[in-house]
Amino acid sequence: MLVAERVVRTTCPYCGVGCQVDLHVHQGRIFRVSAPFDVAPNEGRLCVKGRFGTDFVHHPSRLTKPLIRKDLGVLPRRPVERDGFREATWDEALDLAAERLAEIVRTRGGDAIGTFCSAKATNEDTYVFQKFVRAVLGTNNIDHCARLCHAASVVALQTAIGSAAMSNSIAEMKDLDVFVVTGSNTTETHPVISTFMRQAVVHNGAKLIVVDPRGIEMTRFATLWLRQRPGTDVAVFQAMAQVIVSEGLYNREFIEARTEGFDEYACAILECTPEWAEQISGVPAEAIRQAARLYATAQAGAIYWGMGISQSVHGTENALALANLALLTGHIGRPGTGLNPLRGQNNVQGCSDSGGLPNVFPGYQRVDDASVREQFEMAWGVSLNPTPGLTTMEMAFAAEAGDIEAFYVMGENPMMSEPNLRHARHIVENLPFLLVQDIFLNETGAYADVILPATSFAEKDGTFTNSDRRVQRIRRAVSAPGEARDDWVILCDLAQRVEQKLGRTRSAGFAFSSPEEIWEEMARLTPPFRGISYERIAREGGVHWPCPTSDHPGTPYLFTETFPRGRGQFVPLRYRPSAELPDEAYPFILSTGRVLYHWHGGTLTRRSQLDDAYPEATVEIHPDDAARLGVKMGDSVRVRSRRGEIVVRVAVTVRSPRGVVFIPFHFAEAAANELTIDVLDPQAKIPDYKVCAVAVEPLAG
Amino acid sequence: MSSITLTIDGQVVRVPAGTTLLQAAERLGIQIPRLCYHPHMTPPTVCRLCVVEWEGARTLVPACVAQVREGAVIHTASERVQRARRTILELLHSAVDLSETPDVARYDAELGVDPQRFVDGVWREAPFYDDNPFYVREYEKCILCWRCVQACGDDMQFTYALTLGGRGFHTRITTFFDAPMPETTCVFCGNCVGVCPTGALKGMDEYLLERGVPMALLREEKQRRKGRLETGR
Repeated sequence: MLVAERVVRTTCPYCGVGCQVDLHVHQGRIFRVSAPFDVAPNEGRLCVKGRFGTDFVHHPSRLTKPLIRKDLGVLPRRPVERDGFREATWDEALDLAAERLAEIVRTRGGDAIGTFCSAKATNEDTYVFQKFVRAVLGTNNIDHCARLCHAASVVALQTAIGSAAMSNSIAEMKDLDVFVVTGSNTTETHPVISTFMRQAVVHNGAKLIVVDPRGIEMTRFATLWLRQRPGTDVAVFQAMAQVIVSEGLYNREFIEARTEGFDEYACAILECTPEWAEQISGVPAEAIRQAARLYATAQAGAIYWGMGISQSVHGTENALALANLALLTGHIGRPGTGLNPLRGQNNVQGCSDSGGLPNVFPGYQRVDDASVREQFEMAWGVSLNPTPGLTTMEMAFAAEAGDIEAFYVMGENPMMSEPNLRHARHIVENLPFLLVQDIFLNETGAYADVILPATSFAEKDGTFTNSDRRVQRIRRAVSAPGEARDDWVILCDLAQRVEQKLGRTRSAGFAFSSPEEIWEEMARLTPPFRGISYERIAREGGVHWPCPTSDHPGTPYLFTETFPRGRGQFVPLRYRPSAELPDEAYPFILSTGRVLYHWHGGTLTRRSQLDDAYPEATVEIHPDDAARLGVKMGDSVRVRSRRGEIVVRVAVTVRSPRGVVFIPFHFAEAAANELTIDVLDPQAKIPDYKVCAVAVEPLAG
Repeated sequence: MSSITLTIDGQVVRVPAGTTLLQAAERLGIQIPRLCYHPHMTPPTVCRLCVVEWEGARTLVPACVAQVREGAVIHTASERVQRARRTILELLHSAVDLSETPDVARYDAELGVDPQRFVDGVWREAPFYDDNPFYVREYEKCILCWRCVQACGDDMQFTYALTLGGRGFHTRITTFFDAPMPETTCVFCGNCVGVCPTGALKGMDEYLLERGVPMALLREEKQRRKGRLETGR
């Protein structure tokens, strides 16, 4: 029996559930991952990624030395493998990067630099990153993958209630009696949350309403499954609202006390009858009525959603439609209720909270608010740019137009995660300078001029904030490979070098000696974090923000008395069709998403034993469509859109409705985002990954 | 909630109604031996090592589920109790590999267990499954505590890939129709591995390292094994 040299409590690096894990270490390597039973949020439960998928930490292709591209300065740049780079010292790599960035700041201003921070890095890494970008580079061009996942949820919730996190905690699933799961394949994307959902159904008799085009696993536990055509969500939710209004099932007391705009909204939805919605969505009108009645008459009704709602050209409207339902019925502000966007990355909540967004400092304090800016200017001793920066996709378009000359990408892989990859590649190929900081050489690193090797979650200290706003610790369990350094260490070093090259006489403050010190500076400047300290997290396991003082208990559920914007705002909506619908040339709708065994761009899981369980891309297709195309399980097919094409294997399954195919986006060799469309939601600037038109062709031979 | 007073090993203790004897004893600092009990799971009540003597009761009762009653007088380590525990362990030793079951060596010593007592008994031939990339199932170490079935089912995962098969001496943990794990509903969460008390379920890294694969060659070994996964030994 193998005995651990040490067991280190930390937080799982994969999804937003934020499971607490114990890493068991032998000879400097993780050989077992277990879960403590007495701690939220997972209470002893893990999924395959958390328990068996952390072996990427020890993968031989980890980056161990700073790398500099051999054909530095040659444009258009080509993607290269490891041998296209030469090893460099930290001094050389950092000086080169600092010189290029400083030169752009001097000649064109900081707004000619675009930066991507990371929802996989810690809150402390993010804080230092945005401090560097704002205080040293002098721009607000900072964004991260939240833009590509829940931007629409954020905009919608900001509009409706003035806040944009999960309103209730995962633990409250025991308190609900009806819940809606929509646009979330929860068993594969948030597996541990899905176990608590199933527990609510099996143990407490809670009624589950699934609204999803795909026959996902959760439908097996559902009382009602509303199978709408992709992209018709607004129609279904509007019709549910119409039923609630016309049958008098709304919560009059709540509406009068806590909301505004009801009368106008109620008039606007009168014509959105279930029959109207049936025509658009294909969901039987009677099922819509049943769902509306079930949700409206619940004691505690909750709504959980994922990318199926937000990754859409009408993502903001989708999420607003859900917010309208919660406001109509008063299912918010009590245990077991709420509007709950399930966050994807381990620290996507925290990266947003810590200021990794173009328009806000940490704690969602607006950069265009002079009084806020003044506080940060005082703390950092520099004057700050008052103009909100560009979002992810806007930075790409600005680079294409020549307005941005350099990207700094930390722990993200836009060359896998952006829609319409051919276009994205074209942009990077002509970018004058690309600085990448990562733990592996991935599809984005392949284009880099300089790559700085970072440490993984298992090698550093810090905090992650999970989907239900719980700030939790990560702790160093094993040592970093080679010369890899913690992200915050690299950032502090780089920031000081750029300051020096810009001739700044006074540093904005990058002489941190530990992540804890960084946390303390951020907490001082961020009211909702002020009551949270490392010492307190160690004692309590985790603390839910907002937590303004050290004697404040933290806030598992929000909005008991009021909403941040005061009253909840009803927003009248109109159904709009998706940007690209099937036609004769491209007869299928393509929807993209994730599978249980892989993680996003695959940088981690393709380098894990997880890949053995799911080694190649598949396209899910309905048996009738497969028969019509003359393809069977395991055949290779070519999937084409107006933007690109890939070859994948067929998985024949009734999970996909007729006319809809599904491809996971993890596989570089068959990247689903070669096909997707880069049209954006007008408000949230999030691309539509769920609906575009494709053709499927059997491969000859 | 009403509280209840009872006597355990001569000490009087007051606990809320609904408390189990095992929990009540722990309040007094008395650790009752157990194999299948897990504080965060539905008690399977199958190992019977936690039995105690309840004055006036006809049989010994399992402390993991028996609830306190007013005035009850409990003996957690009487000769009758010790003899039952000793025999249970001796029977287990005759049929199952207990080498990785924590606490067994200590229980053996405390109770004076003779592991060889039923040495002529039938050893429980049980299969070894190496049928997936993530964990192995070495059922010669299985004491049929049932935690894995519960973890896969209504206690944790609600996936229902595992079940009990067979009867009597031939009872075993299996999948439906004995299908290899990848062909079941298993999602490889490993929550069963996390609660297995005997090392019968084990993560692949741990298993290979114990078999002498050097840490540095772990990845290569797993690559080598890929594609030749097979059922049975």
